[in-house]
Parts: sequence; C-alpha cells; structure tokens
Amino acid sequence: MQSAISLSLSSPSTITRSDCTVAANVYLCTPRSLRFCGLRREVFESKSFNSLSVSTRLVPRSRDSSFNKVCAALQSNGTPSKGGFDYDLVIIGAGVGGHGAALHAVEKGLKTAIIEGDVVGGTCVNRGCVPSKALLAVSGRMRELQNEHHMKSFGLQVAAAGYDRQGVADHANNLASKIRSNLTNSMKALGVDILTGTGTILGPQKLKFGKGGSGDTIITAKDIIIATGSVPLVPKGIEVDGKSVITSDHALKLEFVPEWIAIVGSGYIGLEFSDVYTALGSEVTFIEALDQLMPGFDPEIGKLAQRVLINPRKIDYHTGVFASKITPAKDGKPVIVELIDAKTKEPKGTVEVDAALIATGRAPFTQGLGLENINVQTQRGFVPVDERMRVIDANGKLAPHLYCIGDANGKMMLAHAASAQGISVVEQVSGKDHVLNHLSIPAACFTHPEISMVGLTEPQAREKAEKEGFEMSITKTSFKANTKALAENEGEGLAKLIYRPDTGEILGVHIFGMHAADLIHEASNAIAMGTRIQDLKFAVHAHPTLSEVLDELFKSAKVKVNSSSPIAQPVAV
Amino acid sequence: MASLLQSRTPSLSFSSSLSSTPVIRPSAFFLKPRSGSRVPVVRAKIREIFMPALSSTMTEGKIVSWIKSEGDVLSKGESVVVVESDKADMDVETFYDGILAAIVINEGETAPVGAAIGILAETEDEIAEAKAKATSQSSSAPPPSAPKVEESSPAPQVDAPSPAVAAAPAPTAAPSTPGKVVATPYANKLAKQHKVDIGKLVGTGPFGRITPEDVEKAAGITPASKSNVAAPAAPVASAAPAAVPPKAPSSFPEIPGSTVVPFTTMQAAVSKNMLESLTVPTFRVGYPIATDALDALYEKVKPKGVTMTALLAKAAAMALAQHPVVNATCKDGKSFTHNSSINIAVAVAINGGLITPVLQDADKLDLYLLSQKWKELVEKARAKQLQPNEYNSGTFTLSNLGMFGVDRFDAILPPGQGAIMAVGASKPTVLADKDGFFSVKNKMLVNVTADHRIIYGADLAAFLQTFSKIIENPESLTM
Repeated sequence: MQSAISLSLSSPSTITRSDCTVAANVYLCTPRSLRFCGLRREVFESKSFNSLSVSTRLVPRSRDSSFNKVCAALQSNGTPSKGGFDYDLVIIGAGVGGHGAALHAVEKGLKTAIIEGDVVGGTCVNRGCVPSKALLAVSGRMRELQNEHHMKSFGLQVAAAGYDRQGVADHANNLASKIRSNLTNSMKALGVDILTGTGTILGPQKLKFGKGGSGDTIITAKDIIIATGSVPLVPKGIEVDGKSVITSDHALKLEFVPEWIAIVGSGYIGLEFSDVYTALGSEVTFIEALDQLMPGFDPEIGKLAQRVLINPRKIDYHTGVFASKITPAKDGKPVIVELIDAKTKEPKGTVEVDAALIATGRAPFTQGLGLENINVQTQRGFVPVDERMRVIDANGKLAPHLYCIGDANGKMMLAHAASAQGISVVEQVSGKDHVLNHLSIPAACFTHPEISMVGLTEPQAREKAEKEGFEMSITKTSFKANTKALAENEGEGLAKLIYRPDTGEILGVHIFGMHAADLIHEASNAIAMGTRIQDLKFAVHAHPTLSEVLDELFKSAKVKVNSSSPIAQPVAV
Repeated sequence: MASLLQSRTPSLSFSSSLSSTPVIRPSAFFLKPRSGSRVPVVRAKIREIFMPALSSTMTEGKIVSWIKSEGDVLSKGESVVVVESDKADMDVETFYDGILAAIVINEGETAPVGAAIGILAETEDEIAEAKAKATSQSSSAPPPSAPKVEESSPAPQVDAPSPAVAAAPAPTAAPSTPGKVVATPYANKLAKQHKVDIGKLVGTGPFGRITPEDVEKAAGITPASKSNVAAPAAPVASAAPAAVPPKAPSSFPEIPGSTVVPFTTMQAAVSKNMLESLTVPTFRVGYPIATDALDALYEKVKPKGVTMTALLAKAAAMALAQHPVVNATCKDGKSFTHNSSINIAVAVAINGGLITPVLQDADKLDLYLLSQKWKELVEKARAKQLQPNEYNSGTFTLSNLGMFGVDRFDAILPPGQGAIMAVGASKPTVLADKDGFFSVKNKMLVNVTADHRIIYGADLAAFLQTFSKIIENPESLTM
C-alpha cells in the first residue's frame, strides 16, 4: 500500500489501479477525503511536493512516519549505494514475482534494477493468469446465457447466445497489454531501472546483461534475485506445432476453437481451459496420468467439482494413462494421441481429436543463468533454495547474496506466491528476518463456479495430525443455505474447514462455489495472521453476502477453548 | 442443516437386502411391505439400493447423478449415487460388495424415500436376474421418461455383462476405445443416456467419428439445440425402423374450450406405428370381385359358426400361398424377408383403440378351425388378454370396413408387413357381359396397399387375380 502511494505521487499522470487505492485509503481516514479524491489529479500535477503536505495534513498522525519513508524511498532510489556496487538489488526476470520484489525494494530504499529479456509481466500477465481470466470471463457469460433453465428461473428470456472468436481473442490480448503497460509504468514511475536483455550471473554479486556476445554490460549488485519463472512443460514424444497441438501459450491466443480437443493434464490449467472450450462449444477429452481427475485438490472438493464441472458437460476422460505420443494434424488426418498405461506402460489405444492442449504443468526456465559460475546445480531445472529463498550451491552451502523466487524455485508455482517470496527476500536484505508461511498462500481455479483453497488438504492434514499427535476436525457449509447464493441461483457449492479443535487453529479451507476465489482470503489472512477460529466467530459479515458461507463455517466449528481476547480494549464508536 | 453436514462420515450408506428367490410377479415382489416381516435368514444376493432419508423432513429425493454405471464393480463403502435433498447433495455409499446390475431411477428423476433406485448383484450370474427385477420395477413405476428404445433393447444388455465388463474395475468413464469406434465425449454421454449401442452406429462427423447428432438420430430424438425449425416430414431415410420422425410443430392455434386427453398406451402405440409407416414407400391396387358365390357359401356355413372374416382370411391365405412375395417383409431396405408361415392379422376396432389379432398359419387350418380360433382371439382381445405373439406376428393384414357399408377405402401399411388388404362392402351392381347382356351381381372392391420396395404392381395384380378366383369359386375354401 505504501508503494502504491509513492507511485501516485511521483507519476501523477498515470492512472493505475493504485491510484484508487490511495483514494480509498484516504477516504477511510477522513470524511473530507471525497473532495480530496476529486481534486487529486490536478493538485498533484501542478505541484507534486506541495500536495504531499496537503495529504499528510489530512491523514492521521500515525501515518506520518510511513509518508516520510516514501520520501526517503524516492530519494534513495537515485543515490549510489554503499560498498561500491552499481545496484543494491538486481532482479533477473520482470514477471509478477520480480515486479513485487522491485516495488518493495524501492520502498525499502534500495537502488533496484530489473533485467528482462522478453516482455515485462512474464507468464502471468502475458501467457497465463491474466489473459486466461479474460477468456474465462467470456466463458462464464456464455454459460449463463446458454443455460436456458437458469435464465428461465430468473424470469429472463434471452435469444440464442453466440460469439465472435476474434472478439474474444482480442479481449484477452487487450487485457494482457493493458496490465503489461500498468506494470511497466509502475516500475518506471518508481525509478526502477529496466535493463533489456538476458541476465547471466558471472560470480558472486556480479552479473551481465544484454543480447549475448561482446555487447553485454557487466554490473555489480549487493544482492541478486533470480525470478526467471517457467515455461509450459511438454513431455517427451509430444510434438507441439502451435496449431493443432498447443500449449497454454498458444491456447490463450484462441486462434481457433476446435470441435473436439484433448486436454493432457487435469490440474488448474487444464480445468480452466476445459471451462473455456466447452462454453465455446467444443467437446473435451481429459487425459490424466493419475488415477483421479484434479489430483491437486482436496478429494472431496475434487469429487464435487467433477460432478459439476465435468460430468454434466461435454467432457469425458481417461485416467491413469500417459499420452506417450501426440502427432499433430496433417495430411488430412486428425491429431492422434497414443495412450499408455501410467503404471504398466502397456498401450491403451489412441484418441483421435481435432486438437490437443498440453497442460501437464510447467518447467522452470533457468537455462543460461550462469549458475555454473557460482557452483549451483539445478534439480530437474529448479534452483534449490532454503525456506528464506536463499540459493543453495552444489556443496549444500548458501550461495552468498543470491536468492531465487517464484516458479524457478518450484516451491509454489503461483504468481502471487512469487511476489510474496520476493517481498520476503527484500525484507531480509534490508535487515529484517522474514520467513514466508507458504501454508497461508491461497490458490484459486477460475472455473464456473470457482475453486479455491488455502493450507492443507484433508489427507495432508490427517497425516500431519497423526504424525504430530493432535486431534483434527472438519466442518462444512453448503452454498445451498446462503441467501445471496440462492438469489443468484447458484446454490451449488461447498466450503470446508479443516482445523484443530484443541487450539482453534485453521489447517486448511477449501471452497467450491460462486466467487470462491474471492472468498478464500478471509481464511488465508486468518492463517497468515494466526487468528484463531474462536476469535473469527465474533467477526461480523454483511448480510446477505456470500461471505456468510465462511461466517457459518467458522461458527459451525467446535473449538474447545474460549475466545482468546474477546475485546481487548474499549473502542470508541 | 449444519448438523447434517457436520457429520464426520462424508456420506451415508443405505442398502437393504432382499431374498434371492427368482422373480415371482413383479408387482407382488415390490408391493410387499418392507417392514419387520423380512426374515434375516435369507441369503441375500441381490440387493436393492434404496432412496435414503437425508433429513427428517425429506419425503422424496432426486437422483443428481449416478457415479457408477450399470455393470460397474462396487466395493463396500464406495459412493454409488448422488442424491439431492432439500438441503444438500449427498453421496450414497454401498454397504456391500457387488456389481451394480441395474439402475431403476435414472438421473434427474425423483423417487420417494425407501423406494428402490438401483439393484446390486453379488456376482455376475445374478445380473440377469437382477435386471429382470429392475425391468419389472421400472415398468410398474411411472412411465419412464425415455420410452424410445427401451422395449426393444434390453435383450442385448442382459447378455452384455460377460466377464469382460464385470472383471474390469472400470474406473474410467470413457470407453477404452476398442477397435476403431471413434465417438466424441458428448456422443458417448448421449449414447449411455439413451441406451444406444455406439458400436452399431455409423459416424457422419469428421474422420468418420460418431457425433452427438448421430446418436440423437439413432435414439430418435431431434436435436433441440440446433434450431427450433420443425421439419415434420423429413424422416431419416437410412435409419432403422426405430427412427421416429420429428415431433409435429407444437404451434397449432388453440381453440377455446378444447380439452386435451393424453393417448392411452394402445393409442400411443398406434400413433407411433402410423408415423413409422411414413418411411415406407407404398402403392395401392384395387380390384372388383363378384361375391355371389361367396355369399351363397357364407349362408351355408354360417350355422356352423363360420364368419365372413374367417372366409376372407382363408381366401387371402390361400392366395398368399401362391404368391409368397406378397407375404414377405422388407426389414432393412436391402433385402426380402420371406416368411415361412402365413399369418393373417385382422384389424379390430376395440373401445377407442385398434388391435390386430393374428390368425396364425391361416393357410393350413381349415375354415372351421379358423373360425373357432378367431372367436377365441376376439374374446381375448376384449378382455385385453392377448399375448404379444397373438397381435404382432402378422405377415399380412386384412381390414374389412365393408361390414359398415363402406364401398372402398385405403389402408395404411403397418410397419413390418408387406401388404394390407382393405375390403369394401359387397353391393348389387349392374354388369354388362361381353355379349351385351346386362345382369345384376354382388360386387365388392378390394384395395391392397403394399411396400413397393419388395412388391411390385404385377405381383399385386397377380395376387389379386388369384384372390378373386378363389372368392368367385369359393368351394376350395371349405376343402
């Protein structure tokens, strides 16, 4: 939030989401803020530093310190750092992880550079979460409009819904470029140096960047963060031609909508694409190597999700099989997928389809980083790190001043996890120890309805409980009992809480249902802050909202201890 | 509701045992109260899975989905079916190992609490038996929503669960693509839903794959999603006789005060048959026949219990014996099916319906036996006790509206037969012979409708000529 504020100060002309954050903050602080909000742009544009005094006057005293820090940050980013380094921090890779780290580093007063060989934004913004959300927004609306029964129950009449493929593809592309320019501007505005080219580590605290060859520039940095991310994983035997056999990179461009597509892998990526393709009229065949679809999810949630997201749709599946060979469509032949048993490796027939999407996961992108120069060996491509994201070299020792975040370390391959790891690293290099609790990082799958989770799954929790010898309980609530969900005719859904009845600690929360991806944060924040269920029970939720699903969930939990601090101090109201 | 959902066990199990005695009468079997009278001694091999009460207020439940399919091997504790109550969807587990032999209540249908929704067999051997129970169960239940193929198809299903199906744990929903049958996911789903054997379909999609449309065609449904344009007279030329033309357009103007009376089963069957007949290219040939000699014979044999119907049936049968092609059937549009026996079906109007009792081997029985047989059939028809082979085994149909004074009419060829004869009333007619003499003789008009794929004009003309000779010289009928 602090970085957001500094952004709007230094770059008044850019309107980003962060601007709104400022407005919202100020609005919360003072009743006069509405006017302030309306004036903001003009004021800032005419005299940026005078306006700072205006804003400090408006916010309560307790905020002053943070604003001073913003000033400091702005100034220090231009100053040369101590110790004779070119930069305090150099980040290799300007994806979501690198971006998050860079913003936080500037706030912490570090002179920061970010090296990017491709486009700013990385996988998430250009070839991942962002464009896929655009496609899923379309698929959600298509589903609604096509569901005559659903519409009729609202009393609505809608003529047959259709779509224009190019229009849908453009929406995804436009969204990606908009977010990309937001990201670029936010870094430029803070004065982060964006260095173009491939970054290679030459030794401790020393690296080069450029297009390769003699034109490369050598720079030094006190600390280096590797944030090079990942690329789609294509298993052996599969020939990707980018037309009929594709990865998510191609699929997001939506160059054609096949009548029948095989999706290899039924994790997040496969599931989201099945949602998009079936909404646009395709039929889908899942090919999953494990014995069950959606292997990463809590089994119960997976079962329900399969009932809602797979069975009623034009989807079938083969489980326990590998796609050993996939031949793209050519010479008037369809795409041929050859299957073998995942365990016995015996042939299990073939599937002939119009297209195949490879969604078997992602492989770290760590080649050409120069890790050999500092004696670091990757494990299956991943950079080994400890819990503080410090890189471990081949001898098991910490590589000095070198960190790795995001998909490249493989700890948790999610954009926001990378960003959180980056912030954690910046905290450490600026002198404050910090260990990120990965169990507090939520994950979401944006199908219709959505799936979200945080913490442990039921089998994981059971295992932990057995090992550590504590009692574990589970409670569930249904969306069928939620007023808002029923008003929306979206009663299908389940929220599940896994917890310790002896302490009230949340072990995991899993939600399947409307807006599950937004609902999870109440639980993930509670885990991150260490809030116990007995305290959460007293939190108030607006009625009628979907958040009451969680409210009911917490209230239905049977915790054996009383609220730790009912109300600590009297609060003026 | 919280208490219900909180229960530690993730799902509920309900299943009751039934005796393994062979099926008695379906109604007796299922109407028997399932209370304390059940003796636990019975060795239970075939069990019902019944609708569980998921809450105290629940009186009936809706089947959301069957997790398992017929023929799947179940082990104790596995979820079998998802049931929707007023509050939540719950998985229902089985208490026993076995094979899901039959699904009685299909997805989307409701059943009262305690009603059988599926049958569980312990071993493969009992599948057929269990299926028989299921069939009788569903026929005694409210009419199934998918009446199409059901009457004709259970047979192959019964022999199907041979070791191949039962032995495989079959965790996958998709067929393991044996051979070269390629069907899209939705086509597979539809085929399962409508019990269409996907192996017998010919795919029309790209690369010869079976599309959802192919399955819908075979199941006799019009794809509602495609467009709402009804094409009433576009029967599928290539499809088997099972194909039912699309529903008639539903946009007839409503006339005030009209009442809607749904078809009885018999009327529905007639309607279905009549629509099916549209797929057969028919033609008609008429022939005048003098009946003075026949009338004279009738007067003579009437006291002996011989009816005009028997006389006509016998005459037709004798003529058919000489012209076997008219007694043939075209089943697939590609071949003649020559029938070994001559079975004359006779159309009979019966309180609001129409049925065709069959005089089997009419050419072999003598006139008196035939008359006796006919009398029995008519009585049975009135009592609704005709056995299926007594009304659906005809090879040639006779319809006589002449008794009502109708002088000529045109009959619709029933599906599965080659020809039908419509007999008009016998009336005194002025005739001129070749010498110019006038005379008055009784004449009737017969009009035969035939399937031109197998019976041509000349065949019918020759048959009618023979028939006419028999009628005009009826002595042979009594021999």
